[in-house]
Amino acid sequence: MLETHISPSRKRPRVAVVKFASCDGCQLSILNLEDDLLELGAAIDIAYFPEASSDMQAGPYDIAFVEGSITCPEDLPRILELRQQTTTLITIGACATSGGIQALRNWSDIEAFKRAVYPNPEYIQSLSTSTPISEHVPVDYELWGCPIDKQQLLRVVTDLLQGVKPRLATHSVCFDCKREGHICVLVAKGLPCLGPVTRMGCGAICPSMGRDCYGCFGPAEHDSDQPPGVPPNTESLAQQFHQRLQLIPVEMVRRFRGITGSVQSFSKESDAWESK
Amino acid sequence: MPGNQSNTRTIKIDMMARVEGEGALNVTVKDGQVQDVQLRIFEPPRFFEAFLQGRHVNEVPDIVARICGICPVAYQMSAVHALERIFGVEIPPAIRHLRRLLYCGEWIESHVLHIYMLQAPDFMGFASGLDMARVHPDLVKQGLRLKKAGNQLLTLLGGRSVHPVSVMIGGFSQVPTKDQLHGLKDDLRWARDAAVKTLQWVSGFAFEDPEQDYTFLALRDPAEYPMNTGSLVTNKSHHLNVSEFEDHFHEEQVPYSTALHCTFQGQSYLTGPLARLALNHDQLSPFTKKIFAETGLSLPFKRASMGIVARSVEVLYALDEALRIIEEYDPPPSPSVPVIIKAGTGVAATEAPRGVLYHRFQVNEDETIQLAKIVPPTSQNQRRIEDDLRNMLPGLLHLSDAETASKCERHIRSYDPCISCATHFLKFTKEELPTSPQI
Repeated sequence: MLETHISPSRKRPRVAVVKFASCDGCQLSILNLEDDLLELGAAIDIAYFPEASSDMQAGPYDIAFVEGSITCPEDLPRILELRQQTTTLITIGACATSGGIQALRNWSDIEAFKRAVYPNPEYIQSLSTSTPISEHVPVDYELWGCPIDKQQLLRVVTDLLQGVKPRLATHSVCFDCKREGHICVLVAKGLPCLGPVTRMGCGAICPSMGRDCYGCFGPAEHDSDQPPGVPPNTESLAQQFHQRLQLIPVEMVRRFRGITGSVQSFSKESDAWESK
Repeated sequence: MPGNQSNTRTIKIDMMARVEGEGALNVTVKDGQVQDVQLRIFEPPRFFEAFLQGRHVNEVPDIVARICGICPVAYQMSAVHALERIFGVEIPPAIRHLRRLLYCGEWIESHVLHIYMLQAPDFMGFASGLDMARVHPDLVKQGLRLKKAGNQLLTLLGGRSVHPVSVMIGGFSQVPTKDQLHGLKDDLRWARDAAVKTLQWVSGFAFEDPEQDYTFLALRDPAEYPMNTGSLVTNKSHHLNVSEFEDHFHEEQVPYSTALHCTFQGQSYLTGPLARLALNHDQLSPFTKKIFAETGLSLPFKRASMGIVARSVEVLYALDEALRIIEEYDPPPSPSVPVIIKAGTGVAATEAPRGVLYHRFQVNEDETIQLAKIVPPTSQNQRRIEDDLRNMLPGLLHLSDAETASKCERHIRSYDPCISCATHFLKFTKEELPTSPQI
C-alpha cells in the first residue's frame, strides 16, 4: 500500500467514481447511503460520477473510487490515465478488488464464451481474463465485498477527510458471526459455509439469514499489519467439507471458484480439487 | 461538430450520464435528413450466460443477481421461477407473498433512485440529485428516505439491499417474523405519504417530447398488478404465454452495441413502467387509483418522459401493496418447500423495475446448468429508444449540436436504461470507441 493521505488543510477533496466491468451495485451502495449522502456530498467535491451527475469534470482527483474489473483492451489506458490523475485510488467491490464473478472466464476459453452468447462473435473484443485493478496499477486501499459494505466506505472517507490512514480489518466472517451470536450453519446445518476463510465486512449476513457464506468478501487475512498477511487455511476447511459434508471434488471446485474465486487463496484450492 | 463531409452532421454523446452503465449515442444527419441513430452500448461483456453453464442449479440465484446491482431481485425471481417450473415446485401462498414483498422493495428503491437522482434533475435544471439538494434539500431528503423504505424491505427479507442472500429455489433460507415485518409499518406509512407527494410533484412537470405510437409489452395476471406471474400482453391485442416468448421475440446483434437488440415480430416495442401501467392500471390499489385520478393525467402515456409519472404511480402502489401484504402476513410453516432437482427446460418472465425479464434454463441430469438464456428489459427497449429518437430528431435539428445531444440524452434517460443488464455480455469494436476526455 502507498502512503497517501488527503491533506486535512484541503477542505473538499475532489472525488471521482469510475466504472469498469461491473454490475453498478457498489456505486449504488454509495447512493444507498441515504442518511449520510447529503452530508457526504457537502464534505467532498464530486468531480466525476457519471452515474449520478452529468457534470463530468476532468482530473486530477484527490480520491478515485474504482468499481469493476479490467476485461477489455480499452480498459488498460483508462486505468493508467486514472492512476496518473489520482492521489488516493480505492477499489470498491469484488470486481475491482479480485476480478469479480466475470473472472470465471479465466478458467475458460473466451472464444467459446463469445460463441455461447453472440451470433457474431468476431465483433466482440474482450480480454481472455478479468483482472483486478491492482494487477495493472498500484492501489492505495481495497474495499472488498459483492457489494461493498456502505458503512465501510463511509469510514474510509471519514478517515481520509481527517487525515487518518484508513485501517480495514481483515479477520474472518467467523469472528463477527460468533460475536453476533448466530447459530453456526456449518456445525448445526451441515452447510459448506466459507465464513471461516472469508474476510469480514458484511456483518455475517448469510449465517444471519440461515445459510452458508459464499465468500463474496474474498479471503480473510491474518496478521495483516505486516503485509502480506497470512492467508486463510482453505485446505483444512476443504478437507472438512470433503470428509464431513461429503462434498465431491467438482463441488469443491465450484465452492471455491465463485465471486472472488480468482484470488490466489481460493483459486489454489479450486485448482487443487479440479486435478483430483 | 462538423462531419467529414460538408453536408453531413454528426451528433454524438460520448458518455451518457445518470444512467446505469456505459453507453453513447451517434446520430448522423445528411442533407438535413436523419440517416442513422445508434444507441451504442460499450459496457464490456461479462458472459453470464456462458459461465452459468456447469454451475449447480442452487448457485443460480446468487450468480444471476450479479448481472445488475440495481435490480438483483428481478434476476433472482425470474431464475427461481424458471427452475421451479422444471422441478414442479408448488410455492405456497405465504412464500409467494414474501417474494412479492421483496419485489415491492426493489421497485421502490430502483424507481425512487431514478425519479429523484436521475430523471428529476432534468426537469428541475440540475446536473445531479446532489446539486438539486443544494437548492431543494427537503425534497431530496424526502426522496432519499423514500428510497430507503424500499431498501429496508430488501434488507429485512434478503439480508442486504444489493444482492440479497435469502432467495432460493423453493422459497427463502429464512423468513421474517410477524413482529419484524410490523416493525417496518411506520416507515412504510411515512413513505406512502411521501410517494403521494412525489406523484403530485412529478405530475406537474412539462412533458415536451412528441407522442409516439408505442407497442407496449407487459405481463398481465388476472389477479393482481404483475410482478412474478402472468402472461404476455400488448396494447395491440396480442396475448402470449411466456413459453411462446422466443417464437415471437428475437434478439439480434448489431455491430455498434454490446447489447443484443430484441424485436417483437420484427418491430420495436416498449416494456417497463409505461407499458405496465397502460396494460394493468385497472389492478392498482383503490388508494393508488384515487391519487392518480387527482393528477388529471390520462392513460396510456405516449411520451417516454412520462416514465417518471408511471414510476411514481408504481412506487405508491408498491408501498400500498407492501403494507397490505404485511398486514395479512402469517409466516409459512417452513421458509422453503422441498425441491427435487431433475433435468429439463423451463422458462419464466417477471416484471423487473424496467420491464419484462425473460429467463430460460436447461438443466442436466447432474443438477448443473446446460444452457441459460436471459433477455433483460433494456435490450428489449433499445430499438424502441432509437425509433423514438428517429421520430423526434427532425424537430430538433434547428438546435445546436450540443442542445440536440442534450435533448436526446434526456430522452434516453427517461427510459431508465440499465446498460449493465443489457450488456449480455459483449463488446463491439467496429466503430471507434469514445475519444472524449472521459475516463
